[in-house]
Amino acid sequence: MQIRVTVNGRVHESDVEPRTLLVYYLREHLRLTGAHVGCDTTTCGACTVLLNGKAVKSCTVLAVQANGQEIVTIEGLERDGELHPLQKAFWEEHALQCGYCTPGMIMTACELLARNPFPTEEEVRKGISGNVCRCTGYVNIVKAIQSAGRQLAGQTADPENRSEVVSSGN
Amino acid sequence: MAINQCELRPMGKPIHRKEDPRFIRGQGRYVDDIVLPNMLYMSIVRSPYAHAKIKSIHTEAAYQVPGVKLILTGEDLEKLNLAWIPTMAGDVQMVLATKKVLYQYQEVAAVIAETRGAAADAAQLVEVEYEALPVVVDPFRALQPDAPVLRDDREKQSNHIWHWEAGDREKTEEIFQAAPVVVSQNVRFQRVHPSPLEPCGCIADYNKATGKLTWYVTSQAPHAHRTVLAMVSGLPEHKIHVISPDVGGGFGNKVPVYPGYVCAIVASLQLGQPVKWIETRTENIASTGFARDYHMTAEIAADESGKVLALRVKTVADHGAFDAAADPTKFPAGLFSIVTGSYDFQQAFVEVDGVYTNKAPGGVAYRCSFRVTEAAYLIERTMDVLARRLNMDPAELRLRNFIKKEQFPYQSPTGWTYDSGDYEKTFKLALEKIGYHELRKEQAEKRARGELMGIGISTFTEVVGAGPSHSFDIMGIKMFDSAEIRVHPTGKVIARLGVRHQGQGHETTFAQIIGEELGLSADDVLVEEGDTDTAPYGLGTYASRSTPTAGGAAALCARRIREKAKKIAAHLLEVGEADVSWNGEAFEVKGLPSRKVTMSEVALAAYTNLPEGMEPGLEATYYYDPPNLTFPHGAYIAVVDIDKGTGAVKVRRFLAVDDCGNVINPMIVEGQVHGGLTEGFAIAFMQDIPYDEDGNCLAPNWMDYLVPTSLDSPHWETDRTVTPSPHHPIGAKGVGESPNVGSPAAFVNAVVDALAPYGVEHIDMPIFPWKVWEILRQNGVTE
Repeated sequence: MQIRVTVNGRVHESDVEPRTLLVYYLREHLRLTGAHVGCDTTTCGACTVLLNGKAVKSCTVLAVQANGQEIVTIEGLERDGELHPLQKAFWEEHALQCGYCTPGMIMTACELLARNPFPTEEEVRKGISGNVCRCTGYVNIVKAIQSAGRQLAGQTADPENRSEVVSSGN
Repeated sequence: MAINQCELRPMGKPIHRKEDPRFIRGQGRYVDDIVLPNMLYMSIVRSPYAHAKIKSIHTEAAYQVPGVKLILTGEDLEKLNLAWIPTMAGDVQMVLATKKVLYQYQEVAAVIAETRGAAADAAQLVEVEYEALPVVVDPFRALQPDAPVLRDDREKQSNHIWHWEAGDREKTEEIFQAAPVVVSQNVRFQRVHPSPLEPCGCIADYNKATGKLTWYVTSQAPHAHRTVLAMVSGLPEHKIHVISPDVGGGFGNKVPVYPGYVCAIVASLQLGQPVKWIETRTENIASTGFARDYHMTAEIAADESGKVLALRVKTVADHGAFDAAADPTKFPAGLFSIVTGSYDFQQAFVEVDGVYTNKAPGGVAYRCSFRVTEAAYLIERTMDVLARRLNMDPAELRLRNFIKKEQFPYQSPTGWTYDSGDYEKTFKLALEKIGYHELRKEQAEKRARGELMGIGISTFTEVVGAGPSHSFDIMGIKMFDSAEIRVHPTGKVIARLGVRHQGQGHETTFAQIIGEELGLSADDVLVEEGDTDTAPYGLGTYASRSTPTAGGAAALCARRIREKAKKIAAHLLEVGEADVSWNGEAFEVKGLPSRKVTMSEVALAAYTNLPEGMEPGLEATYYYDPPNLTFPHGAYIAVVDIDKGTGAVKVRRFLAVDDCGNVINPMIVEGQVHGGLTEGFAIAFMQDIPYDEDGNCLAPNWMDYLVPTSLDSPHWETDRTVTPSPHHPIGAKGVGESPNVGSPAAFVNAVVDALAPYGVEHIDMPIFPWKVWEILRQNGVTE
């Protein structure tokens, strides 16, 4: 089947088998290997990408379902050689070890921070609970996401003033 | 971005990891990311039966699927003498089943096709006719004389694999007969699985023209894998190039050689094309290296004051269908003899019997040194049972029994020499930091109100750095490790090591060690591992052996370079070598510190301006055979609250105080501790691979085999004491597995402590809420 997908700002037209999962389309057709396959049951989240701004597990989406949609992968976060604040924060806070879960974790955090720039620890833990990490024990991942949230929202914003912040609500 | 690795003297600093920039960009290069021209894909046909005769295999229908190139069966491998291969534990293992299958999900055939999908489609069309045989899943049943003999390929007509023991049986017996207090406890350490996030896989790429096999593989031990391959395949070792690219976690699961690897290699040899095999999560859990599955009984003999005298342990170890455990050949139960833990027992006797059952083979030391997790859990559980019997605070019992710091080096009753430790100091720090006495008061108040709160203690001695060749080998290969360092003319360094990291941060920590020894920044040192064509021979990364073995090799290799550099420095400073000293950053003239040359200046001179007759260049290789293992220790305390309505256990606090000797990078050490604690938590509360009586694996995916998420996992508190190893070149000991070894007992002790008012002395892991709820219901606490 012919599909037309925008990935990291670029339009791709591809002929895919109808059963092709989005993660294999990204990895094998487009050679964007940042999204990883870890579990085959939509449990681990290593394959998470943004589909129209929403974090989805790309092992549970068919490539044909992404037809006409916009996708952002980990490879699309860096702009003009500048790392995304989440990428920096994961590095600074030692929020990764083997690195296999990291792209998916960062993409989930992207959506989380877009909804809620100043999440509490509880909210971060809830927000990333669909992404499994086997190395870090989550403490530093939580720290990194909160730190990136503060950077994204700008240093002037007041993290204590949560009344103006839309809660993640899930 | 501003990170601090440019500083000199990098040892001990929390330098941000050099490996991270590729991972945070999605530019890691794991095996499944690699695509080679003309690459084919392999899918494996697996047995639905746990024990069955294979009557016939029909591949005709599968061959009709477009794109199918080859289907391998056990018969095909028999012709190549590869249907069975030796395991690392001295057993043999089927690659593809011949005549019968011995466990569910056993490999029966391999299908190679042009696409992933075609290989999977065709695998479903391979027709295998089975005739079911009686299944044995219980190891105690397997040992009964009338049990069906599962392995009829062996001379020994029983399911008993081996008997192993340590310590003195008679002297231990004598103490038990005279002892005023004896406690006994049966403890099961359930079957769990390391489950790294990246499953296992490989690409075998045989070039018929050159006769060279390039093998990309998720390997924790690439050199050992190369040697094993050479031994079993007949390919010459210098024509096997093993590349272990980025590895998405290992935890012991990526040490053994699996049937899928062999099939991919055979297929590539036959077809002359690259063949990729990436296992599914189900294949990973249900067919590759599980861990534990120990049925243990411990007895402690003590006096009335709580002083422990002797320890006796009997264990039945369920090894599944083949003894494919990754253990040194001299120790089938490995470091289970560390079971006396941190305590000064006069005598101990430990015995373990290995047993075959109709379960997946390949017991691996999951984030531990060859069974030390089982040992630490058993002794810490049993010490609590003793404390309860004596009506003594478990902290007090431990304080009375620790090996004292002046007793080091300490000779354990099972034969090990502990290098150093200060258990009391570490434990007292933990008690103070968590506010132990206040917590006990709070607990008493809560109990009075009918609330359930528990405090669990685990103090442990780890034994890591599998290396000393007098004790350790894998298939006869001694377990040293190695480093090769080349200093380029501009003072930049490439270092290659025989170990292979899977997230432990070697590219940073080894750069720190080498930078420190050479007076350079960690930024000046590039560390490479995992390529057998370039790295010196080493035994790989597991059992927390990298820092104790390769870390020692790196330091000593750098010192060997410094010896030559000193001669060049003397030449540059125009003084005799005896007049030159090393100040940590440069060579200086003794008594004239302003006259000095840096390592970079020496490096250039090594290629441009040498003393007459000296060999040019500045590089060295070092193979380090450690004189002893290293013995890190720790004190962990868990505080739990139990919901009386549901039986759910909430870990309110968890403090880990570790002592792993001198620390190379405190940030990385803390990260390793966090990760290990999370895996220990999962084992205590969530994980088990049960089998039903027909041998069906009941948790072959992450929906049934639970891995902890951010919501399950507690917040971790950490602290540290430092007792350097006296024999290690930089005084380091290794830490990666300590938290996984030490934490399960703390969790279980805490839950048992909470339930002690109901007479509970033990609960087997995993402590699912229903188990607690059932205890509460039986005691009328809940309905």
